[in-house]
Amino acid sequence: MTLQETPVLRVQGLTVRYGDGCPHCQDHLEKNRCTVCGTVWAANNLSLEVYPGEVLGIVGESGSGKSTLMQSLYFDLEPTDGTAYLQNYGDGKRNIWEASAAEKRHIKNTIMGMVYQNPIRGLRMDYSAASNIAEKIIAAGSRNAGQMTERAKELLEAVEILTSRMSEAPKNFSGGMQQRVQISKALANNPALLLLDEVTTGLDLSVQAKVLDLIRKIKAKYGISILLVSHDLAVIRMLADRTIVMLDGKIIESGLTDQILEDPQHAYTQQLVHSLL
Amino acid sequence: MVDKYNYAFLDEGSKREIRRSVLKAVAIPGYQVPFGSRELPIGRGWGTGGIQLTLSLIGPEDTLKVIDQGSDESVNAVNIKKFVKMCTDVPCTTRTQEATIIQTRHRVPEVPLTNDQILVLQVPLPEPLRVVEPQEAVTKKMHAESDYAPIWLQLYESLIKYGKVTISAEYPCLVEDRYIMNPSPIPKFDTPKLHEAQCLYLFGAGREKKIYAIPPHTKVVSLAFDDVPFEKESFRGKKCRLCGSTDTYLDEIFDSATGERYYQCSDTSYCKEVRSK
Repeated sequence: MTLQETPVLRVQGLTVRYGDGCPHCQDHLEKNRCTVCGTVWAANNLSLEVYPGEVLGIVGESGSGKSTLMQSLYFDLEPTDGTAYLQNYGDGKRNIWEASAAEKRHIKNTIMGMVYQNPIRGLRMDYSAASNIAEKIIAAGSRNAGQMTERAKELLEAVEILTSRMSEAPKNFSGGMQQRVQISKALANNPALLLLDEVTTGLDLSVQAKVLDLIRKIKAKYGISILLVSHDLAVIRMLADRTIVMLDGKIIESGLTDQILEDPQHAYTQQLVHSLL
Repeated sequence: MVDKYNYAFLDEGSKREIRRSVLKAVAIPGYQVPFGSRELPIGRGWGTGGIQLTLSLIGPEDTLKVIDQGSDESVNAVNIKKFVKMCTDVPCTTRTQEATIIQTRHRVPEVPLTNDQILVLQVPLPEPLRVVEPQEAVTKKMHAESDYAPIWLQLYESLIKYGKVTISAEYPCLVEDRYIMNPSPIPKFDTPKLHEAQCLYLFGAGREKKIYAIPPHTKVVSLAFDDVPFEKESFRGKKCRLCGSTDTYLDEIFDSATGERYYQCSDTSYCKEVRSK
């Protein structure tokens, strides 16, 4: 990755606000809440770029705005302000948040893949694992059942789920397996950008290690760009090339992951690094 | 004819409103037009949508035929016929060729219909997307955006689980490459009859307050994957025990006393006609 490359994703000034806001908001914030008008600034003027083949880690405590950022990018939330550009959409010149509903669906199904912390959000628990993967392929316009089944087999093998279980519903799978089905679903249409929102939270340590290893393999195999949200610095250290630290809806520090972990500048980052090392 | 009621039971204003909805439905094939479903002297779910269509269209020149699951003599068909005759005095027939308006439930007659005939179908659940989405507001949006991936997913799930599409009635159809439509609970044996037909098909759902239509010469395609063609029910090796027909939709009848299993035409008037020749 070189910074001269065109970024896969460019976000500028992303703001998600709950409340009308007031002229004093930015000066009277207690954590991310305005003490004058009570407006909550879940994401406050966030800007970032993700480059081809890069893993960008986002770390921060609960309520720092990590998931707000991810959900805004995946159109689960409507941002109050800001722009986002994807290299594969409108030559990187059209704001994805101004796209039509059909275009947003196209972006979600072909350019981006999302893995949620809770598999219930990302999977149809009553449908088979193969159908969960096929859902993305159907949404991208394919109507060839045989090809869908082949692709589902290929992806389930890649995430180490026995293809003999492809007709089973994820509700019968373990948490780790559900997470792996989610990852294979997210990869169904070879997206340029993978969004991973706390993918290992709630899994036991051995399963966490498996999922992380899988993500590393996927990155090596597909050369995909990944935006990885975690509150666990060990996960970030293992996977991320660059890291952004968030606090109270703002980005407080960013840089190479080693640099952030070895030489944290912001007091919060220092506290975070020292509490974990 | 009973004089206490207006001609065809409904008041003229109601009939005009229903006819306006019919015109809109004809103008947008496959689109579900909401209408103010009226109270009738039969319960909702007993064909009130079909009856309202019939009553709003029928005139002294018409000849009526009513069938229920292919039979002219079933309780539902006989009572509807009696009711319409009571308030219009139009002649009723069992011969498909003689009728100008045919009200039906769950079957399309075996005799090909002509351009001076209207087939009125009683529909319990007009929304084809209801099986995948419970909210009306969402299904409306899905139709508006042609977001039909979930219904294709239903078909794929069926293929993965059972190796074939197992939907036998209410098989979803794509009308004029635009709207996916529920052809009412007719068997999939009958859905190809909707394609490029000579007659006008009207669908009325009284409880759900929706009317939709397939005008003559409209493209109606039963959904099928590129590599898994649509297949209607096959009665290979079986024939009607009464008329000997092998190309009609057959009902299976099981005689518990003798343990015998035999078949006969579902369309009773067609069967009778073949026998009389």
